[in-house]
Amino acid sequence: MEALVASAIGMMTAAGVYLMLRQRTFPVIVGLTLLTYAVNVFLFTSGRLATNVPAIYGTGAPGYADPLPQALVLTAIVISFGMTAVIVMMALGAFLEAGHDKVDMNDDDTPADGGQK
Amino acid sequence: MMYHWIAAPVLLPAIIGALIVLLMRNDLLLQRVFSLLASFGLLAVSIALLIATSSDAPEVYRLGDWPAPFGIVLVLDRLSAMMVTLTAVLAVCVQLYVIGTNWDTRGRHFHALFQFQLMGICGAFLTGDAFNLFVFFEVLLIASYGLMIHSGGRDRLRAGVQYVAFNLVGSSLFLFALAAIYSITGTLNIADLAVKAAALPEGDAALFRVAAVMLMMVFAIKGALVPLQFWLPGTYSNAPGPVAALFAVMTKIGAYSVIRFGVLVLPPGHPITGTLIADLMLPAALLTLVIGALGILGATTLSRLAAFAAVASMGTAFIAISAFTPASTAAALYYMVHSTLAGAALFLIVDLVVDRRAHDSLHIPLPPIAQAGLISALFMVSAIATAGMPPLSGFIGKLLVLDALRDSAALVWSVILVTSLIMIMGFARAGSTLFWKAHASAPDGDAPSHPAQALSFVAVGGLLAGLVGLTIFAGPVIAWLEVTSAGLFDTSAYINANQLPEVK
Repeated sequence: MEALVASAIGMMTAAGVYLMLRQRTFPVIVGLTLLTYAVNVFLFTSGRLATNVPAIYGTGAPGYADPLPQALVLTAIVISFGMTAVIVMMALGAFLEAGHDKVDMNDDDTPADGGQK
Repeated sequence: MMYHWIAAPVLLPAIIGALIVLLMRNDLLLQRVFSLLASFGLLAVSIALLIATSSDAPEVYRLGDWPAPFGIVLVLDRLSAMMVTLTAVLAVCVQLYVIGTNWDTRGRHFHALFQFQLMGICGAFLTGDAFNLFVFFEVLLIASYGLMIHSGGRDRLRAGVQYVAFNLVGSSLFLFALAAIYSITGTLNIADLAVKAAALPEGDAALFRVAAVMLMMVFAIKGALVPLQFWLPGTYSNAPGPVAALFAVMTKIGAYSVIRFGVLVLPPGHPITGTLIADLMLPAALLTLVIGALGILGATTLSRLAAFAAVASMGTAFIAISAFTPASTAAALYYMVHSTLAGAALFLIVDLVVDRRAHDSLHIPLPPIAQAGLISALFMVSAIATAGMPPLSGFIGKLLVLDALRDSAALVWSVILVTSLIMIMGFARAGSTLFWKAHASAPDGDAPSHPAQALSFVAVGGLLAGLVGLTIFAGPVIAWLEVTSAGLFDTSAYINANQLPEVK
């Protein structure tokens, strides 16, 4: 199971980084989302992978699964969800204002006067 | 002595921010009154905390009364009290400026976002828990996203997308680092981490090294250390002027976190990481300073000049931090206080100029601006302070940094001194284009009229007065900072304050 989870995290991170380096905002956001998925799973496994054990220590149980990473990952999921929503809204706003969704700032349509304020 | 007041710098902005967004969103006057009162309240509380912690040992506030390391704690020591006070001073000045120039009428929810931003900043300075630090980073970031695109505009939105994307990557990196650290040490309380990280088994060395470098990379992103500084010039130059001024303290959160973790958890004497962090940080800091200085000289717009001045100041601060000695840390702290005030003043003055000049290109001479005499004088004072010329505190700060780094004088001294010269040239060029060539290009053109907005000048004057105060009272301030930094390096006080349970 360790190999499966580890390779899943690795593949999601690799795909996320690849997409993040694209030129348009949509793949960048998808890449960021993949990266946050990867980090959530990674965070989850930081308490070690354990199956069929209770989350809270009991006298009869063979052991317990660390409950803290589960709390941490919930926080991380909520935060990354909120952040993704923010960047989607901002990318949409930038797309509507600029007429295209390139991430790069130094493109040809910058006005010659150096940016009117 | 101050037990429950330790939580006040986090709770006060949180409550007022929520009240503003829920009850006062349609009444700008109420928003201004309550937001300003909250900022002054924050200033009063932070000064009280500063005075209390000057004589007492570090004090821990247990949230929900759960003991550390199981519950989350806030830790008040001299360093965190100082940073919170600095934030409050900056907040009051920026808020006066915003009200004076009506920036808050150019978009909605400015004051609510401003208070949430203060909550995140104060929380990041006060927290004693690494995961809680991440949460407060996110709080201040999400408020900063809103502030950064305040009043909108094409370039601002596009720069905002880059800023958010960069920080999302930073947050993911932070979580990777925290998860790796938790999987090794089984704790996230900073004091507990300091104890456990000092006695790690040999087998965890590789993972711990990776986690330590990732953690420092996150703080380097926040502190705009080369090669992770790319987000800063675009963000700061496209953000509204007063927001960029408030962001002057955000880079200091990166520096603060580096000091906190670098001294407590990853000290240079650590058996696994050793001087790894310091060795990586010094070249990066020197490059940051060089790039900042060259950016000041080569900036095409006034806002970019101020943004690169922020990069250069972080370079100087990180040079001092990377030595990790009590003397160099005291110098770094003095320089950080100075550069926060000077950077914020510079951004506000840039906003004064840009607002009167239609656009902020440094290559197109335009007729003189309204109130040019006063603004040019203010610009000159802040340029002297930022470049580090005598008589202001920038000079004393750089002198302290140079003095603390006698051991590597050949490299560090030459970089700091040469970049100072480049910065002086950059500021002189910008100032002459803005204020002297304006007269040459339009000798008889009348200055376009612009309301005087006295309150905005009061705000800038307040920040510059802070610099003057920092210069006049340099002796007592440095003495106080030396005790602070000695207390930081004597980690037992911080760790004992957490009252960790005995290890069986």
